[in-house]
Amino acid sequence: MNPYLAGVLLGLLLLVTIFITGRGLGASGAFRGVVIAAVESAAPEHARNSLYYKEFAEANPEGPLRNWLVFEVLGVFIGAFFSGVISNRIGLKLEKGPRVTNTVRIIGAVAGGALFGFGSQLGRGCTSGAALSGMAVMSFGGILTMMAIFGAGYALAYFFRKLWLN
Amino acid sequence: MGPLVPFIISDEFNLVIAVLVGIAFGFILEQAGFSSTKKLVGLFYGYDFTVLRVFFTAGVTAMAGVLLLGHYGLLDLSIIYINPTFLRSALVGGVVMGAGFIIGGFCPGTSVCAAAIGKLDAMAFLGGSLLGIIAFTEGYPILEKLYLADEIGQVRINDQLGLSMELFGFLLAFVAVAAFVATWIIENRVNKRPNDIPALQLRKYAVLAVMPFVILATVVILPGKEEIILSRIAEAKRQQTCVFKEINADKLASEIVNNYYQLNIIDVRSPEEYEAYHLPMAINIPFDQILDRQWEHIFKQRLKTNVFYADNDTLVKMSCLKAKFIGKSENLILKESSDEFRKMFFELQEPLPDASKHELEVYAFRSQSATGMQSLVNSLKNIGQPVKREVIKIQGGCS
Repeated sequence: MNPYLAGVLLGLLLLVTIFITGRGLGASGAFRGVVIAAVESAAPEHARNSLYYKEFAEANPEGPLRNWLVFEVLGVFIGAFFSGVISNRIGLKLEKGPRVTNTVRIIGAVAGGALFGFGSQLGRGCTSGAALSGMAVMSFGGILTMMAIFGAGYALAYFFRKLWLN
Repeated sequence: MGPLVPFIISDEFNLVIAVLVGIAFGFILEQAGFSSTKKLVGLFYGYDFTVLRVFFTAGVTAMAGVLLLGHYGLLDLSIIYINPTFLRSALVGGVVMGAGFIIGGFCPGTSVCAAAIGKLDAMAFLGGSLLGIIAFTEGYPILEKLYLADEIGQVRINDQLGLSMELFGFLLAFVAVAAFVATWIIENRVNKRPNDIPALQLRKYAVLAVMPFVILATVVILPGKEEIILSRIAEAKRQQTCVFKEINADKLASEIVNNYYQLNIIDVRSPEEYEAYHLPMAINIPFDQILDRQWEHIFKQRLKTNVFYADNDTLVKMSCLKAKFIGKSENLILKESSDEFRKMFFELQEPLPDASKHELEVYAFRSQSATGMQSLVNSLKNIGQPVKREVIKIQGGCS
């Protein structure tokens, strides 16, 4: 798909979402819901006594999974799968730079995921919830986070070039 | 009108909408090629700027749309969710995310898309991000200080820079278009391609690039909904030609005593004046707050009659006109001012001994009404007030 067309469609979707629900799109919030639900069921005693889970339970009396973003990300999964099916892109595959082994790629993905997950909680949102949705409503914090994400990406790109380039 | 949640669409149904929105979101991201990590990191090495194009186009489109809807009163910009700003955690969190992006090759949303079509590295990224979140939630007692430092609330960037929303919109659209051109040139250089573009395609892109500026110019130049309403009700001619249904004080008093539950008596003066004296059972909606969302239901319902009053004939007529723009409720205006009402009922003069029969009857009626109204006020002190409808701040973002 032409990237500008995809951008306009994504922008209109974001606009419709804001019009209907008053809030933007997101992703990392859903992961947090899953984490909190897992901790609460695996170690209920611990969850009751730890600061973060306690505050979360007070703010979200209906539980961590009954959350707009959890349902939205469920939809993302379905929508992306559907798109993959019609474009014939489904299949188990490990995508990596030409110079790295499978193990390095998996370690990199886990480490990168861990950093992104951690950062998204600290920065109150990821590229969808903070940067994209923040830009649509001109949130100062959202745009600041966006600049930090992409700024850091460019600043560090040189050091990790072997992961991706020839 | 918007946002439709929670007054028009319930919170329950909102979750169904979440799934539908998510499906569209995932579909667009995958179609744009965001399920490939090579495409995503291409942004940082200059060989593929697809991410920047999609991302910036989407941001500018949504931003211009939000301004346009807000301008025509279709979307209440004062209550939509604006991500709160905590300076330090926004910056530190952003830098950590940037590192995660270049090492892992995904961001959370795109990793879900890629995992959905079977990318193993995306599944690893997803697993990693769950670990990262556990590290945060478990380490929260240590991180709390950083997490909550330098809070400046739900501020917009244009306020922070001292610009109007429209002006910042122009700037953002301009930066986006400039970035599209610049990255196109960089991309061609990195991939050793010539800077050629077919004339037809160029024309299409030019039209697309002009669109946000046209929308923003519309917002700046054409009057919005509120301005239109205000200019219409300010026309003296309209105030004179419009037939107002009036009610006089005696009739109103008897209505209050007998049918108070069918009336909304609305004081459109300032809160201070309302505090100083107001009619029995009256509620206060100052003139400049009539268009506020929290009062909308009063002007849209058709069960009760609204009676407006003030101390000034123009003000009360303008209020009534304003209410007519909002909904189809039955609106009346009180002929007398609040001061006259008080004198007629609560500072009643005993009739002279040689008063006519008519004067005696009026006196009897008014004194009875006054007692009736007073006892109503006393007995309904607690339940007579309408339920205050709170303006709900919407939760959003990733928090």
